[in-house]
Amino acid sequence: MKLHEYQSKLVFADHGIPIPKGRVAASASEAKQIAEELGGPIVVKSQVLVGGRGKAGGIRLAKTPIEAEEMATQILSMEIKGLPVRKVLIDEAVNIEKEIYLGITNDRAARKPVMMASSEGGVDIEDVARIMPEKIIKVHIDPLLGLRDYQARDIAASIDLSRSLWRDFIKIAHGLWKAYESCDATLAEINPLVISGDGKLLAVDGKMVIDDNALFRHPDLAEKRDLDVEAQSEIEARKYGLSFIKLDGDIGCMVNGAGLAMTTMDIIKLFGGEPANFLDIGGGASAEKVSAALRIILSDPNIKAVLINIFGGITRGDVVAQGILAALEDVKPQVPMVVRLVGTNAKEGRQILSEANMITANTLVDAAKKAIAVAKGDNV
Amino acid sequence: MSILINKNTRLVGQGITGNQGLFHTKRMLAYGTNVVAGVTPGKGGEWILEGKIPIFDSVKIAREATGADTSVIFVPARYATDAMFEAADAGIQLIVCLTEGIPVRDMMQVRNYLDNLGVRLVGPNCPGIITPGEAKVGIIPGDIAIPGNIGVVSRSGTLTYEVLYALEEFGMGVSTCVGIGGDPINGTNFIDTLALFEGDPQTDKVVIIGEIGGTDEEKAAEFVANHMTKPVVGFIAGQTAPPGKRMGHAGAIVEGGTGLAADKVKALDAAGVKVAKHPAEIPNLLQL
Repeated sequence: MKLHEYQSKLVFADHGIPIPKGRVAASASEAKQIAEELGGPIVVKSQVLVGGRGKAGGIRLAKTPIEAEEMATQILSMEIKGLPVRKVLIDEAVNIEKEIYLGITNDRAARKPVMMASSEGGVDIEDVARIMPEKIIKVHIDPLLGLRDYQARDIAASIDLSRSLWRDFIKIAHGLWKAYESCDATLAEINPLVISGDGKLLAVDGKMVIDDNALFRHPDLAEKRDLDVEAQSEIEARKYGLSFIKLDGDIGCMVNGAGLAMTTMDIIKLFGGEPANFLDIGGGASAEKVSAALRIILSDPNIKAVLINIFGGITRGDVVAQGILAALEDVKPQVPMVVRLVGTNAKEGRQILSEANMITANTLVDAAKKAIAVAKGDNV
Repeated sequence: MSILINKNTRLVGQGITGNQGLFHTKRMLAYGTNVVAGVTPGKGGEWILEGKIPIFDSVKIAREATGADTSVIFVPARYATDAMFEAADAGIQLIVCLTEGIPVRDMMQVRNYLDNLGVRLVGPNCPGIITPGEAKVGIIPGDIAIPGNIGVVSRSGTLTYEVLYALEEFGMGVSTCVGIGGDPINGTNFIDTLALFEGDPQTDKVVIIGEIGGTDEEKAAEFVANHMTKPVVGFIAGQTAPPGKRMGHAGAIVEGGTGLAADKVKALDAAGVKVAKHPAEIPNLLQL
């Protein structure tokens, strides 16, 4: 789950990282008021969860509160990469001497967090990694020990930070580690960390991504989820504990298990079809879940056929079959449905489904071929 | 022979007095697994399944009383981390954690701690291990695999069943099948398991089932090229997965250009692994 810039920076500030004075506004008049309070030139920054806000005109400099109000009006009416701007952050403008990068993320391969820093801040760090990888300093952090002072000092020296700033930098590095650790983040990033005209370090932009699996420990953060970045169907699916991702094809998929769900999509593509979604109904799927899953799949107007692929393990074939029958009753689908049921109680399941008007298949390949054919309007 | 578990495995179940735990413990017992104890804090002294399995308050007491050497964890995500630390500290040598949804930070701590103690972990977010005809630890259905000479290792659950089923249909037997789990940070990985299969006299061929996310399949390919004499057949799920989206498993995500299915297929191919286009092709490729 991603946090907005203003949310991330507030978390940083809580951990002792200096940030520019400022506040978030949901209206132009509020923006004007904040600008008046701050006095002096300010920056109006759109709060949307995509990169490239600056290029899209979503970050503007204003000299007066009136100008701030005008720009906030403009920016609040914008859409950036398809996302509506609902809030703007009004920050005091900072006189920038130099921009550096400081971030922490999980290194999957090393099974440890890694702190990364670069003297080339203010640009996309992945671009730096591609063009001049030698400019990125990486230090792994022992998850049991945490960040040590000497590591932060090494980083400061490696990015050629002037010695007079080391003490402040080490404090910021520790603050970022604490923010990362205490929020169960998978990414905490200050970009840029600015050296201002008067020689101070300041986190001008910030980004945090929180581990979805850890949200049970952070009900306060869980509330901050921005639903604009998700398809309506994905939000609906989460309510039922379904894992759903919308794609662009026309064959809906309902599968138990993530690996098998991906494989089902792949096989549809392999034989010339286009999957409309990824959907894992999980273990022990109830009639309610199956029904919700079918409703969500069929809410996509592009759907021309549905392929149900269930391999019974914990999930029992007869239970899923009953769920499918209940769902058919409830949803009354107008598109052809292909079902393939194998594993625990599959025979009983197939028996239950024999009354329903569904196309059955014995193998996954057979099921995919049939779904592709009926989606094209052919008979099978 | 087999790897990791066999008929001599002495299993303790953590969290087996719950609904799911009880259901699957019954199945493990019926399969012939030597389940010697259960652990549920506060229920020590009780017996479950018609007096077949004693319950203890802690793993340490259970191990001392029964000589358990392997643990299977059924407890929910918010307690699973502690359960793994407890098992390791109690002297359990192999921990199989089925739990899905454990925070990444917890797994980094667990993994580092267990590595220091030299304790092996399989999972989390996995279906467990089965050595057909001898024992199963976890939830893999017992009736879809017969004993044989093929080693199977997979990051997935039901996809693994699909492959086992395809092998069984062809009359092909399995030495051991290991589900290593779909989380970004797990215990035993592909390379560890491939090394075990390479050293196992019963295993003649190996099937590796990967998916998008991370670079473990690429590393496995390198290991196959440099260290394996036994033939390996592979399958990678997620060719059609869009980048930046987590495909059900916490670890199944293409990020910053890494973790792509195509790269994994390419790496395996270059290492001499025959890669199946779909699971039903695997038995054919094993016969080549």
